[in-house]
Amino acid sequence: MIQAQGLTKTYGDRIAIQDVSFEVQAGEILGFLGPNGAGKTTTMRILTGYMPPTAGRARVAGYDVFSESIEARRHIGYLPETVPLYPEMTVAGYLDFVGRLRHIPDRRARLAEVMERLHLEDQADIPIGKLSKGYRQRVGLAQAILHKPRVLILDEPTIGLDPRQIIEVRSLIRELGGEHTIILSTHILPEASQVCNRVLIINEGQIVAEDTPERLTARLKGGERIYVQVGGSPDGLPEALSGIEGVTGVEPKGNGGYEVICALGADRRAAIAQTIVSRGWPLLELRPVGMSLEEIFLKLTTE
Amino acid sequence: MRNAFTIARRELSAYFTSPVAYVVTAGFLVIAGYFFYFILYYSQEATLRYLFNNLTTILLFVAPILSMRLLAEEQRSGTIELLLTAPVRDWEVVLGKWAAALAFWLVMLLPTLLYPFFLSRFGDPDWFPIITGYLGIILLGGVLLALGTLTSALTQNQVVAAVLGIGLTILLWLIGAAGDFAGSSLSGFFQYLALSTHFYDLTRGVVDTKNLIYYLSVIVAALFLATRVLESRRWR
Repeated sequence: MIQAQGLTKTYGDRIAIQDVSFEVQAGEILGFLGPNGAGKTTTMRILTGYMPPTAGRARVAGYDVFSESIEARRHIGYLPETVPLYPEMTVAGYLDFVGRLRHIPDRRARLAEVMERLHLEDQADIPIGKLSKGYRQRVGLAQAILHKPRVLILDEPTIGLDPRQIIEVRSLIRELGGEHTIILSTHILPEASQVCNRVLIINEGQIVAEDTPERLTARLKGGERIYVQVGGSPDGLPEALSGIEGVTGVEPKGNGGYEVICALGADRRAAIAQTIVSRGWPLLELRPVGMSLEEIFLKLTTE
Repeated sequence: MRNAFTIARRELSAYFTSPVAYVVTAGFLVIAGYFFYFILYYSQEATLRYLFNNLTTILLFVAPILSMRLLAEEQRSGTIELLLTAPVRDWEVVLGKWAAALAFWLVMLLPTLLYPFFLSRFGDPDWFPIITGYLGIILLGGVLLALGTLTSALTQNQVVAAVLGIGLTILLWLIGAAGDFAGSSLSGFFQYLALSTHFYDLTRGVVDTKNLIYYLSVIVAALFLATRVLESRRWR
């Protein structure tokens, strides 16, 4: 659905993105993850036809975003980071305007449908300038999905929302994932792991990693980690733990706790518990340690 | 074209919610009424010719203020991103914006139709120069608003757009005077460039295609440049 090849954009001497290539299959939700200023917005602006790349090509829904820009734009719904709203217009008036710009057939019915879906019916006649941030974001989303685009591009869709609104918007995006191919950018990591099928980590204008959130986590921590704490810190505990089959390392974590590193895919929790209990040591805690996306992210972007 | 109409429609309704537009309209009508009254009082002539000539001076300031928001505000608030990523061509955006400003200028002129009405009640005006005078002031409005659209495309700041616009309109209004210093061969050229030369014919009741072509070509040139300026944002 989306193919980007060697996208590069420079502003004068400053390189915003360099040689960014990726593909998105139909129905996929791809997350662009990266610190602020990494080039997420620039990449999205190229895909939406807002500006052309300095080098490289991109196709959306089969159309070149530069040479067949108008055609490509018909298939894209875009929510920019600053939601493009006219504060003096009412919600219904604004969506009607966008509907006209997009030549939507049967505009009234579609407008009502979208407003219902985003729970905006009660706000229809309120000037956008008087809406809360959460509602504005919804109006922005409504604007993006109005013409049933095949591709949705959402730049930081949950920024500035309160936690309840964030959960709402995320579940909405997951829901939309069934009908649209979605690219969303975020610098909030749990968001990427909750919403996206695949994550692309961008740093300083370049792609540094690309995979599913789960595999990315597994690959980077180099194995499963299990935290074990035993009362009284008996002697010989580390040795006993490293003696277990499949365990590749043991690291002391203080307070008598240890992290046991096992080979990837092997769940050695039962064996660890048995080893400890069979020696009569009081087992206080035993839990798997997931390396969070935060840690991966920091690792990737600081290396 | 349909997209330009959609954009113009939205823009025109935005004028009616903007306090600036109301203030400018009120100010314009007060000054126009004042001119109408005093010119009539002293000349005792049933004509609008002097009124139109005086209104041009006001229009040099009014037009850039009417057009300052058109593209500058879209660029400041980021709504330009909506327009430029919709399946709409850049020239349609520019044309729609300008057309809305021109439509609002027509709305502002509506109350002044009272003046010819009064003239016909109490006198016997010559209608042809009045009609050509209106044609002239509408066309001149179109030209000045097109120049204002251009300066509005150049910046995100409405005030900068207005000041640049006023500077540009005054320059084009007065450039004929440069002919006086340039010697006889160039004088005709500067005279032709000046907006004012082409206006006075119309208020006298003379419709010369040369003048109409001049106005239309300035409008097209200014809107073309505004489109190029808008496009250039994509390349930066």
